[in-house]
Amino acid sequence: MPDADPREPYRSDFDRLERELFAGDPPWLMKTRRDAFAKFGALGFPTLKHEMWKYTNVAPLARTRFTPAAEIPGNGLAPEKLDPVVFGKFEGSELVFVNGRFSRSLSSKRNLPEGVWVTSLADALQEDPRAVEPFLAKTAPVDANSFTALNTAFLQDGAFIHVPEGKVVEDPIHLLFVSTAQPQPAVAYPRNLIVLEAGGQLTVTESYAGLDGGVYLTNAVTEAVVGENAALDHYKLQREGERASHIATLEIEQARASTVSDTSIALGGALVRNEVNQRFLAEGGELSMNGLFSVTGTQHTDTHTRIEHLTPHCTSRELYKGILDGRARGVFYGNIIVHKGAQKTNAVQTNKNLLLSREALVDSIPGLQILANDVKCRHGSTTGQIDEDSVFYLRSRGIDSDTARSILTYAFAREIIDLIRVPAMRATLGVLLLSRLPNSEAVREAL
Amino acid sequence: MALLEVKGLRAKVGDKEILKGVDLTVNRGEVHAIMGPNGSGKSTLANVLAGRLNYEVLGGQVLYEGKDLLAMKPELRAREGLFLAFQYPVEIPGVGNAYFLKSALNSIRRHRGQEELDAMDFMGIVTEKMKLLGLDEAFLGRSLNDGFSGGEKKRNEIFQMAVLEPRLAILDETDSGLDIDALKIVASGVNTMRAKDRAIVVVTHYQRILNYIVPDFVHVLVNGRIVKSGGRELALELEKRGYGWVEESAVS
Ligand SMILES: Nc1ncnc2c1ncn2[C@@H]1O[C@H](COP(=O)(O)OP(=O)(O)OP(=O)(O)O)[C@@H](O)[C@H]1O
Ligand SMILES: [Mg+2]
Repeated sequence: MPDADPREPYRSDFDRLERELFAGDPPWLMKTRRDAFAKFGALGFPTLKHEMWKYTNVAPLARTRFTPAAEIPGNGLAPEKLDPVVFGKFEGSELVFVNGRFSRSLSSKRNLPEGVWVTSLADALQEDPRAVEPFLAKTAPVDANSFTALNTAFLQDGAFIHVPEGKVVEDPIHLLFVSTAQPQPAVAYPRNLIVLEAGGQLTVTESYAGLDGGVYLTNAVTEAVVGENAALDHYKLQREGERASHIATLEIEQARASTVSDTSIALGGALVRNEVNQRFLAEGGELSMNGLFSVTGTQHTDTHTRIEHLTPHCTSRELYKGILDGRARGVFYGNIIVHKGAQKTNAVQTNKNLLLSREALVDSIPGLQILANDVKCRHGSTTGQIDEDSVFYLRSRGIDSDTARSILTYAFAREIIDLIRVPAMRATLGVLLLSRLPNSEAVREAL
Repeated sequence: MALLEVKGLRAKVGDKEILKGVDLTVNRGEVHAIMGPNGSGKSTLANVLAGRLNYEVLGGQVLYEGKDLLAMKPELRAREGLFLAFQYPVEIPGVGNAYFLKSALNSIRRHRGQEELDAMDFMGIVTEKMKLLGLDEAFLGRSLNDGFSGGEKKRNEIFQMAVLEPRLAILDETDSGLDIDALKIVASGVNTMRAKDRAIVVVTHYQRILNYIVPDFVHVLVNGRIVKSGGRELALELEKRGYGWVEESAVS
């Protein structure tokens, strides 16, 4: 018997939701959904034959029947269930989403300047769809990635953040997406829209967390539109459950002289794909794109990044680090494209990986495509084990071997941790990383 | 009982036998100098004593306070009071100088059954020792040897020694790469460490440092063996006549 077409269940889900849940959508949104779904139908799920999916096999996801989390009745949750995944001592606004849907009662908004919108996308679509229309699905193309197409077809909720011209949001904003175990595997489609008008400033962290170890899929898409002279500090902390899968794309567009810093941390999930795609649309932009993945057991985590210098005089710095233990598998694929005419581009891409076990494996594929002639670009990639001379140095001072290794592992990650300018997130990440290391108490003392 | 007794020690690195039967006895309160030409095995001896893994011991025995030193893990040797100031200290970005040293000191204190120091007590000790070596506060906040100049690295080694208070300190070419002022500072740091229950072994090429750290004994290591031992004056003679002279007299 030939395998059933994995697209079929998605089609019936889409047909049903179109009649029911999405029935009240404005016509432009309905069209966006239909176009996106048609694209998914044409693309199907990627296979290992696709250049961009060569190292990550999504066949297990395609085979699993995930029901749309949008149809899970209710999204109530006792607030204390969030304790393990919220940031301690967090000052800013926090929007909480349970199985993809906004929870008003678990969320709080604080200290937002006049005119700044921080709300759920579903609410924004209800209250003022015309504020959303110019931005939604404009930065994240559906024709290159079937998961983005699916997200666009099925999107329901997420965060909508709009910072008007010149507004500075001082306190960081935390978007927390939690998933709870369901009787059937479920898929949520968080969709975030972050818009900074000229001169706006914003710090935002997306967290994704599993609360009770179920099998589920998060298919998330974030679009960030950063206006002239605007500054976005974006973070992501992915700590999905160990049987969960997480497929996410962040799409960033930068206008003239804008500044973006993105730091993405991937710790959880069985099968993870994280894409970050960025484009400089005008001169003078600056980008710092960083990340850390730390995986063990049989986890598979795939990071794909693309930075496009379409215009002259932009600077990008990329640093991704991976720590792999057990039989984990990691992928770093980075592509910097300097288009014709993008003179005076300055781009650096670095990937460093630390293998803690013999069975762990990482594929590192750094890349630069340079079509301009007056540029400064370089890239580098290193993969290795813990430096034994360093281990010996620490041991020669009385520190035992396990602790020495843990200290050196943490020290490797530290370069990325130190880039996090949200203290509550930095502290949380420090604790999370330490808790995975042998002799974490002794390591804490040594840092 | 001697503090350190090395008898017929033979060791190899890779396929090459480097130490070919070293005999050396060091008592508490003494300062020994080990001199010798490049590649004669001085660092190899120091590293074998500290427990570096890629050196394979082929034969001989090392007793430290009467115990089999070679059977101990490197960290146990350190906790038992052995300290090696490295010829080439490694740089470890991401590990803070001060925190690292506090954790080293506490692991040694735990081993000795002493109470662990909290941050306050630790800072007290450290501030005093930093003055001794002319190091400023900022030094503590930096990553371990990361981006340190050659001289700073050497000073950091001696600073660590001062804080950890070993019973046997082996200084591997701590003088190399130091200008004359730094050399004096480091030497005076070492001299304040001289004590009747502590021994210091200074490994060096040049007798210059021995003007400041005056040794009780001088040994010449050539081609993996100690070929001549003597007092302070041996170092001066070596400086005048070179190593060729000892090598010849050793053969005859
Ligand atoms: N890891 C190694 N692999 C192979 N040979 C080594 C290794 N380390 C040292 N050697 C060799 O062992 C010999 C002794 O080296 P060692 O460093 O002990 O000499 P040394 O007396 O300290 O010299 P120097 O005065 O230059 O510091 C040298 O010939 C050196 O090349
Ligand atoms: Mg040497």
